[in-house]
Amino acid sequence: MQIYDLIIIGAGPAGITASVYAARKKLNFLVISLDIGGQAAWSGDIENYTGYQFITGPELAQKFQEHLQKYQIVLKEDEVVLELKKSGTVVRLKTNKSEYVARAVIIASGKRSKELGVVGEKEFKNRGLTYCAICDGPLFSGKVVAVIGGGNSALDAVLQLIKIAQKIYLINSAPELFGDAIMCQKVETETKVTILNHSQVMAVLGERFVQSIKISSNGKELMLAVQGVFVEVGLTPNVNFAQDLEKNELQELKIDVNNQTNIAGIFAAGDVTNVAEKQIIIAAGEGAKACLSASRYLARNNF
Amino acid sequence: MAKTVKIYSTATCPWCIRAKEFLKENAVEFINFDVGLDQAAADEMMKKTGQMGVPVIEIDGQVIVGFDKEKIKQALGI
Repeated sequence: MQIYDLIIIGAGPAGITASVYAARKKLNFLVISLDIGGQAAWSGDIENYTGYQFITGPELAQKFQEHLQKYQIVLKEDEVVLELKKSGTVVRLKTNKSEYVARAVIIASGKRSKELGVVGEKEFKNRGLTYCAICDGPLFSGKVVAVIGGGNSALDAVLQLIKIAQKIYLINSAPELFGDAIMCQKVETETKVTILNHSQVMAVLGERFVQSIKISSNGKELMLAVQGVFVEVGLTPNVNFAQDLEKNELQELKIDVNNQTNIAGIFAAGDVTNVAEKQIIIAAGEGAKACLSASRYLARNNF
Repeated sequence: MAKTVKIYSTATCPWCIRAKEFLKENAVEFINFDVGLDQAAADEMMKKTGQMGVPVIEIDGQVIVGFDKEKIKQALGI
């Protein structure tokens, strides 16, 4: 079996930047990813990525992809890593399609939307229940919808839906909204929005499509007639395959200042790690750092 | 003969944008239905697929949910 110098898992801002650096270092490497662009591709308007005063998420993801394609990079798309094990001086990877061996690995697998874990959630996914307001929001024109969550992504979803939906319930489990003050204020002053704090979704109900949700609000059970449910309860790192790696309480991979995990030769970058802030530009920078660390590791060990 | 290609999409969804770009890159002509603006098209899409996720791409009657590049290529014969 071919032994790669490096395998990069993920093709979001961190993975793509690491790939560009790896290509320029002329490493023999491979990129494995479910998609291209990661969460950046799902972002709305971006105004804090240096060099672009204004760009949308899909456009920035396109730019990243173009940069990646400037080099002859082997990209395995639609592929998910299932297992990752260090054995001797190499790392072995198992995916849903194949098996690979590399001397070093960079994990840049990012985060995905958290699920509610309630009855009806799986059944009604894409039948009224969605995790992507920017994608599916426009389908709920003139309808009554519920947004689940109380942080920035929930508030962002509410603000997107204000122009579209007839009425919006905001179901927040915390005692009050906890996003940026400016966004909380905007949402609180909207007449279309009913905020229900101290409230949890218990079940999503309907026939072919969502018709209502059962919630517990301040200890009381309520049924709300809604046609749309937007789940925005935060993110969880994609680390199921990384059993042997140390994580923090949020399940993020613990790394040192050089992006090294607790196992030599396995590096990590971007939102999947415990790095303090989750920003596109930070993820990109961390990807560059991880690749430079990995190539130094390869050189130091004479691989 | 050219195949009839329809895409049901919203203006903002990243995968819809990708799917349309993919069709353009491959010089495939298509009719776009914005299901955010066109309720009749939204109903038609939901009836055809039993779901509300976008994009939905229909190639000569074959309905593909999501931007599934391989399936789209196969259906287009490219």
